[in-house]
Amino acid sequence: MSDSKTLVMEARGLVKRYGQVTALDGADFELRAGEILAVIGDNGAGKSSLIKALSGATIPDEGEIKLDGKVIHFKSPADARREGIETVYQDLAVAPAMSISENLFLGREIIKSGFVAKLLRIIDKKQMLEQSVARMNDLKVGIRSMTQAVETLSGGQRQCVAVSRAAAFAQHVVILDEPTAALGVKEGNMVLELIRRVRDKGLPVILISHNMPHVFEIADRIHIARLGKRACIVNPKTISMSDTVAVMTGAKRPDELPAECLA
Amino acid sequence: MSDTKTSKLPPIATLGPLIALVLAVAFFATQSDRFLSVQNFSLILQQVMVVGTIAIGQTLIILTAGIDLSCGMVMALGGIVMTKLAVGSGMNAYLAIVCGLLVCMAFGLVNGLLVTRIKLPPFIVTLGTMNIAFAITQLYSGAQTITDLPPAMTFFGNTVSVGSAAFNYGTVFMVLMYAFMWWGLRDTQPGRHVYAVGNNPEATRLTGIATERVLVGVYVLAGAFYGIAALLSVARTGVGDPNAGQTENLDAITAVVLGGTSLFGGRGIILGSLLGAVIVGVFRNGLTLMGVPSVYQVLITGVLVILAVATDQLSRKGAR
Repeated sequence: MSDSKTLVMEARGLVKRYGQVTALDGADFELRAGEILAVIGDNGAGKSSLIKALSGATIPDEGEIKLDGKVIHFKSPADARREGIETVYQDLAVAPAMSISENLFLGREIIKSGFVAKLLRIIDKKQMLEQSVARMNDLKVGIRSMTQAVETLSGGQRQCVAVSRAAAFAQHVVILDEPTAALGVKEGNMVLELIRRVRDKGLPVILISHNMPHVFEIADRIHIARLGKRACIVNPKTISMSDTVAVMTGAKRPDELPAECLA
Repeated sequence: MSDTKTSKLPPIATLGPLIALVLAVAFFATQSDRFLSVQNFSLILQQVMVVGTIAIGQTLIILTAGIDLSCGMVMALGGIVMTKLAVGSGMNAYLAIVCGLLVCMAFGLVNGLLVTRIKLPPFIVTLGTMNIAFAITQLYSGAQTITDLPPAMTFFGNTVSVGSAAFNYGTVFMVLMYAFMWWGLRDTQPGRHVYAVGNNPEATRLTGIATERVLVGVYVLAGAFYGIAALLSVARTGVGDPNAGQTENLDAITAVVLGGTSLFGGRGIILGSLLGAVIVGVFRNGLTLMGVPSVYQVLITGVLVILAVATDQLSRKGAR
């Protein structure tokens, strides 16, 4: 049994240089089982480079990444996906004119059985529809019809479709890049609720966000990235939002924080 | 399922082509006594087979948010290659047809690779290959029409009579190809990926679909349809014509857009293109019966394509 301290994913000393710019300068990372870990940081703190390394979108120059204690080397996002890591990229999640069910199964369509069907790659729309309904019910996403086009949905509902797709196929980790950006209050809360349900199903979630109230509302721990490194991990239940921002911007050093704030 | 298909498109885009067809037929019926007859309509269908077949390939490309300006010229080259190899070089007719098809597919491959690998806009790439195909056609044929074709090449031009209507095999074959592609785009994985790539290429790539392979595949397959169109054109006229494809080039694009496929990609139903091709055929036939000189027909086709694109643009705006 994995207790809450078990590390699902960890990284040590990640370095990534782009020409003269060092985006990651020995960054560490730890994700525990069943938690929502928020990753925050100022622009240029190395948070997107870190996430890209974890999701296979870039290959770090140095350092190692472990998944379930095993060292892994992702060469592409497809490699990460094969290991059960699903990423929802900001604004790039869905094909608007296609149905919800098709979007959920995009790239992983269910093919009918039988030789001819396999040869011609005939998709099983009925199966896909049934499974879509089951999965969306499971995550309590209230959408009337899975056959409606995604473009008929609100921004929050669209994001829910993207998050649900990731949750449905991820075996290990779900990575969400700014899932609540550009959403209204109600819509944002809808997505936050969904993220919580994904975590409650046992999938650890890495959440990249600029929205401090959202981060404090749902994160179990907060990873603060700064100058290409991990400044510290803080506990949102004991630290104040202003102290968090102070560490993030460099106004305060992590060792100036009271010990109970660190996680 | 069918209700969701129509709800994806604003009503104007689905009903528009049908309304346009009915209006055009009604108009021409008042202008010419000969227009509204079974013989004339079977003639229109015979004339439509070439443009209709090119439009299948063009639809695939437009669904991916691309465009192929080279379609008619590539078809002309395919027709010259197959007829000249058979007549001039004495090659087996079937082998010559295959060679013609392969040349058209090779052009599709070049278009596809330039669009995906060098990331050139399809408009510019196909504008270039259009001219290249035209020039090669003229050089290879010496601008001479090729006659005395073997019967295998004119097979699709033969007609079968049903009452007073006469359909040629080529038209029947074209309708079968439409039916197959309609099913393929709707019910197979590669078909759905064509829509996905046209809809949101970046999101599609991030789901792990090899979008570049989908695109190259689409251009090559479109080339194959131009090759088939070349055979149908040769069969219909009975000669290898180096000046073929010049009206078909724009007519095919017009047919696709009239049929409701969005130039912005990812939306449209291929059967609409068949309807679009029939509309173009009705216009050409009706205007000819009215005695309108062909230069005005060109003018009207130009107006038609702009109207269709404007309708597409405006209806999408209304849908959002």
